[in-house]
Amino acid sequence: MISIDKLQIKFPSFSLGPVSLEVDSHSFFALMGPTGSGKTLLLESIAGLLRSDGGSISIDGQDITKAPPEQRNVGLVYQDNSLFPHLTCYENIIYGQRYNNIEETEGKRYALELMEMLSIDHLQVRKPSRLSGGEKQRVALARALACRPKVLLLDEPLSSLDPQFREGLRKNLKQLHKSSGATFFMVTHDFVDALTLADNAAVIHKGHIEQSGRTLDIFHRPSTTFIADFVGMKNIFEASYEKGLCTFKGITIPAPTSVGNMQKGHIALRPEDIHIGSKGEFSSGEKRLSGSVTGLIRDGFTWIVTFSCCDAVFSARLEHHLALNGTIQEGTEISFGFRHDLVHHILDVPDRRD
Amino acid sequence: MEETDITPFRKTLTGLQRFPGFLFNSWMLVSAVLVLLFIFGPLAQTVFAPEKEIFLETLKDKDVLRSIGLSLFASGTAAIITLIFGTPLAYILARHRFHGKKLVESIIDLPIMIPHPVVGIALLTISGHNHPFGKFLLSLNISLMGTSIGIIAVMVFVGLPFFVNTVKAGIEGIPERLEKVSRSLGAGRGATFFRVLLPLSWRYLLVGMIMCMARALSEFGAIIIIAYHPMVAPVLMYERFTAYGLKYSQPVAVLLILVSLLFFLFLRIISQPKRISE
Repeated sequence: MISIDKLQIKFPSFSLGPVSLEVDSHSFFALMGPTGSGKTLLLESIAGLLRSDGGSISIDGQDITKAPPEQRNVGLVYQDNSLFPHLTCYENIIYGQRYNNIEETEGKRYALELMEMLSIDHLQVRKPSRLSGGEKQRVALARALACRPKVLLLDEPLSSLDPQFREGLRKNLKQLHKSSGATFFMVTHDFVDALTLADNAAVIHKGHIEQSGRTLDIFHRPSTTFIADFVGMKNIFEASYEKGLCTFKGITIPAPTSVGNMQKGHIALRPEDIHIGSKGEFSSGEKRLSGSVTGLIRDGFTWIVTFSCCDAVFSARLEHHLALNGTIQEGTEISFGFRHDLVHHILDVPDRRD
Repeated sequence: MEETDITPFRKTLTGLQRFPGFLFNSWMLVSAVLVLLFIFGPLAQTVFAPEKEIFLETLKDKDVLRSIGLSLFASGTAAIITLIFGTPLAYILARHRFHGKKLVESIIDLPIMIPHPVVGIALLTISGHNHPFGKFLLSLNISLMGTSIGIIAVMVFVGLPFFVNTVKAGIEGIPERLEKVSRSLGAGRGATFFRVLLPLSWRYLLVGMIMCMARALSEFGAIIIIAYHPMVAPVLMYERFTAYGLKYSQPVAVLLILVSLLFFLFLRIISQPKRISE
C-alpha cells in the first residue's frame, strides 16, 4: 500500500498539500486534475525526485520519505516518455535491471517477454528518434516494468498519443497491470482514461485532494461543483431545499432523503441524462418540462443542444437523427425530461474555485 | 477631397515600409563581408608576408619549435585540468537553482573581463612566500614564477570561463527528465552521470576543451608577467619583434595562425550538431 500522510511541498508560487492519500497494493489508481493542479508534483515526490516540506510517504509500511529515488523501487513513465536517445530500444529497456538485482539472462528473458507483449519486439535495435509516439510510450513502459518495480507511476501516459493509438495502449496498460502485479498510479486530466482503467481515483485541485474513492463513485457522485464540472456534468445549478423539495432556477423536483436537513446546495445533471422527445415518451418518474432551443453544437459524432427553461440554460446530448432531420433548430420549442434519481445533489461546502 | 489627400500619404508609407527592407538586407550583406575581411585580411597578409628563406629557416629553428611545443603542451594540459575540475561546476550551474547563482556565474566570467596582466599579478600574489597558499606551494616545491606550472596555471585561469560556459549551455540542452528517469530505474547519481549525461554531452565537453585550449594558446599578457622563460610562442614572437623587427616575428606568427586555424576547423567539424538531445 502506498500511504501518503499530510505531504506538503512549497514553492514560491504554488504549494501542494497537505495531501493524504492511500492506494491499495496491486490496484490501478488514477489521480485526476486539470493542468497546474499539482498532479506531477505529487508523482515526482512519490518517486523521490522532489524534496517534501512536510509529511511522509510510505510503501508497504516502509517509510521512504527520505530515501533517494534509486532506492525506492518505484518506476516512472513520463508523458514525453523520456527515452535515452543514445541507446537502442532494447538497451533502454534493460538499462535499470543491473541496479535491481535482476540476473542478466532472466532480465533479458523478461525484457523480451515485455517487448513481445507490447508488440515492440521488432524494434529492438532501433534508436528512439526513429519511433512513433505510441512505440516510444510502449518502450518507456517496458523500460520501467523491466526493473520489476513495486509501484509504477504514469504521468499522463496517453495524452500525447494520437486518438487511434490510445485505445491500443489502454489495453496494454490493463494487461500489464494484471501480469506485473505492480501498483499502477496514473496521473491524468482525462476522465475517460481514469474511468476505463482505474478502480480507485482521487481528484486534485489547486494542490489539494478534493475527493477520493471508487472511480465510478466520483463519476456519479462528485462531492464538489468543481468535480461535477470536471467529470462532465454540464448542468450545475444552485439549489435550495425545503420540506422534501428541491428548487433550482424556478424548477421544483422532489429531494432525496439523503439530503437531510440541508438548505442550500447545488444540483448537477449530465447532458446525456436529459431526454428530449415528444410528450408521450416520458415515464412517470421523470420531470417533464419544455424549453426553447438556443444553440446546437456538434460534439464529435453527436450534438449538444442548449435550451432555456425557466431561468436556466440546459445542455443535453441529442440523438443524431433529431439534429440531422432538422426537427430541432434554434428557436424550436422542445419537451425534455430527466429522471429524478439521476439528479445529483451536492452539499454546500466551500468551493476552492476562485 | 479628403480621399485624394490620403492616397499619396499612403504611398509614402508603403514606400517607407519597403525601403527599410532593402536597407536591412544591405546592412546584413555589407557588414558580414566587412567583418570577414577585417579578420581575414590582416591575417592573410601576415601569412603570405614572410620571405620563403626566412620561413624555412624558422621551421628549423629549435627555439621556435620548442616554444610552439610548449604552447601546445601547456594549453593541452590546461584543457585537461579544466575538464576534470570544471565539469562538476558546469553541471551544478546547469541543473541547480540556488541563492547567489548569478554571483557565481559572474565570478566565472571575471577572467574574460579583467586585463590580462592583472591575472598574472593576482596569481603571483597568492603564490608568493608571504601568502599562506604560497607557503603551502613552496612546501610542495612548487613555484609559479618562471615555470611551466605557472604558465599552465595562467592558462587554466583564462580558459576556465570558456569551458564552463560551453559545457553549461550544453548540459542545459539535455532534458533533466532523462536523469530523473535514470534515477527512478535504480541508477545512482554517479551511474546516471556516466551512463546518461556523459554520452549525451561529450561533444560539448570536447568543444569546451578546445575553446579553453584555443584561449590558452593565445594568452600573452598574463604569461609574460608569470614566466618570460620558458618561452611560449606568443612571448617568443614578441621577443623576436622587439629584438629583430617585423620580418623575423612574422614566420612565428604564421605558424601560430596555422595552428589556431587548424584547431578551430576541428572545433567546427566535431561540433556539427547531430541533434543529440533528440
